[in-house]
Amino acid sequence: MPTLTTPHDLENRIHEFLAAHDPLAMEEREFLRNRFDAGLAWLHYPPGLGGQSLPRDLQPVAEKVFADAGAPDNDPRRIGIGLGMAAPTILAFGTDEQKKRWLRPLWCGEEVWCQLFSEPGAGSDLAALATRAVRDGDEWIVNGQKVWTSMAHEARWAILVTRTDPDVPKHQGLTYFVLDMTAPGVEVRPLRQITGEAEFNEVFLTDVRIPDDQRLGAVGDGWRVAQTTLMNERVAIGGGTAPRESGMIGVLAETWRNRPEIREPALHDRLMTLWVAAEAARLTAMRLSAQLAAGQPGPEGSAAKYAFATLNQQLSGLELELLGEEGLRYDDWTMRRPDTVDFVGRSPGYRYLRAKGNSIEGGTSEILLNIIAERVLGLPGEIRTDKDVAWKDLAR
Amino acid sequence: MSDELLYSETEEELRAAVADLLAARAPWAAVLARTESSEPYDADLWKALGAGIGAAGLLVPEELGGSGASLREAAVVAEELGKAVAPVPFLGNLTATALLMALPDTDDRLRLAAGGEQTIAVAVPFSTLPGNGRRNTVSVTPWPPRDDVREARLTGRVTSVADALPADVLIVPADGSLYAVRAADVRRTPVTSLDMTRVLCDLELEDSPGELLAIGYSALDEALTVAAAVLASEQLGLAERCLSLTVEYVKTRHQFGRAIGSYQGLKHRLAQLWVQIAQARAVARHAVSAKGEERAIAVAVAQAHCSVVAVQAAEECVQMHGGIGFTWEHPAHLYLKRAKSASLAFGTAARHRGRLAELVGLPVS
Repeated sequence: MPTLTTPHDLENRIHEFLAAHDPLAMEEREFLRNRFDAGLAWLHYPPGLGGQSLPRDLQPVAEKVFADAGAPDNDPRRIGIGLGMAAPTILAFGTDEQKKRWLRPLWCGEEVWCQLFSEPGAGSDLAALATRAVRDGDEWIVNGQKVWTSMAHEARWAILVTRTDPDVPKHQGLTYFVLDMTAPGVEVRPLRQITGEAEFNEVFLTDVRIPDDQRLGAVGDGWRVAQTTLMNERVAIGGGTAPRESGMIGVLAETWRNRPEIREPALHDRLMTLWVAAEAARLTAMRLSAQLAAGQPGPEGSAAKYAFATLNQQLSGLELELLGEEGLRYDDWTMRRPDTVDFVGRSPGYRYLRAKGNSIEGGTSEILLNIIAERVLGLPGEIRTDKDVAWKDLAR
Repeated sequence: MSDELLYSETEEELRAAVADLLAARAPWAAVLARTESSEPYDADLWKALGAGIGAAGLLVPEELGGSGASLREAAVVAEELGKAVAPVPFLGNLTATALLMALPDTDDRLRLAAGGEQTIAVAVPFSTLPGNGRRNTVSVTPWPPRDDVREARLTGRVTSVADALPADVLIVPADGSLYAVRAADVRRTPVTSLDMTRVLCDLELEDSPGELLAIGYSALDEALTVAAAVLASEQLGLAERCLSLTVEYVKTRHQFGRAIGSYQGLKHRLAQLWVQIAQARAVARHAVSAKGEERAIAVAVAQAHCSVVAVQAAEECVQMHGGIGFTWEHPAHLYLKRAKSASLAFGTAARHRGRLAELVGLPVS
């Protein structure tokens, strides 16, 4: 196989592939499997695992050629946790056997993944987690409770961090596994949130057995493995090139434009202040993307997530005030099970409530500000009384 | 377009040259000492910056002796000047050259400006909003101004003009037209200014001879838009310096046995400021890159955002320095005074939000 160097080479290769595999005549799953086996799935992955070790920025080129040919995609939103978090971790820490077993069905969308990290007692302080895994021959027996797990009710596999040694300080006693969500003892319950719906789940693990060959990384090295997962999560947040008045500011601006009868002069300056803030956040995200493309990654990513949360909360609050009586009504309290968040499609009350999660999920705003203060500005870290204490002796 | 939000290598080289000059010639103690002298503007520094580095003729085409650069380079110079609160008439001179460049038959004047032989300023109150209907305070004889009458006499008063004290030539709006007037023919009274590093003056014209540059104010509006765009970068530079001074201080200042920068009460505010400044950098870059209809929006956004951020940075700088930050002997007050004044210059943030509302179709009622 000749080496691909230019976008043009890549396009040619894909056209050859498409000539041999007509996406309109093939079964969708078969097509995706063939695409994976041809090394045309995630191009930056190594040969034999769906890629050809190409630069990441060629991926959009490939996606465009496939889309133009009417080829099916792998529904990336549905398998976001698998693609964005599980796969990079398996690639970095998995054995050859593990990579072969999991990556192909993951990419093809045949197996959905979820993430079992947070616990009721371990949110911002993830390393304090208490789910216990105890070795039993070639297996581990796991007991504990995980929370805020999206897609757990549809997932076949989970990435799981457990405590395997309570007698050492908290970061040292963790071990990372892949869990079969169909194993006996795994119970998934919907977690209803303040919007009425249940995007997330609680997962209860009772004497669940995990074969040792589903461990990722060494025993006791789970924190380092988890860092890889979390770093890949943060890469996904941040940059972007959305058009002006995208998202919530667009909804609010349209309401103001289309309904002169509800305009309130006292709210106008707040509207414009938020319009400026939204535009500043948008341009900052664009600048971040340009920096990444120019090979100058900046720390603006955590700033972007913080700004987005604050902005969404202020915008959705203002929208309710502007609407007055209408703001008293809500669209639907029934417990839906959505796969993704739909800010624009639902009522203003939903936006107001759902935005409250933006400053909690994926790192609270307070933790993000700590990260900026310590890693960007170099200010002293928080005083930590727990670092050198055995996990079992920590207050909780 | 998003590459426009970054800095080019040329821009970084220019920045380094300006930063080196200011580090050597405008340390804050010298800037402070000058505020109490009879020469509030630093003529030698302006010569080195304007003629030496070429900041005076940055926008002027190369064939007229300038650098033929864009607003983006001017903005980088402004960032560095903001960091040093340097007392030089860069912004006023830039405004005036932008005005002349929007007019025909101004080559001779631009050549003198580019060579640093003449410093020019535009005679409007520093608070003037671009594109705003303005009060006429200077009258022209003979009246009304006509294209074929090049020489006229001007009488009236313009208050709170920035960068006019060290100027050789003033561009004076009067009765809907623009005139060039020799500064020596105008009575200039320094104003005790809130910003001690950019001292304003009041102008009195009494039958002062003026040469007609143009009928109409479109070149003036162009120049004020340019000025507002570049001021956003000066505000960015000021905010960055205030943040870095403060971060350094809270790392070294100890109370209750800890560096005060270890308290979340300060850490979180500094992190929020850093977020605001990251955004200020993006909007300021966009303001000096945008073209066509987009430019007015970009400038209004940049002014509405950067004015607020610069003031916030300077106020936090004073507060987090505690007692020392409230003394005359610490530079924090120089930044606070510059930041608050700059937030009023070319229209407040609120005025720019109002203008933006018109531009993007979000009327108040």
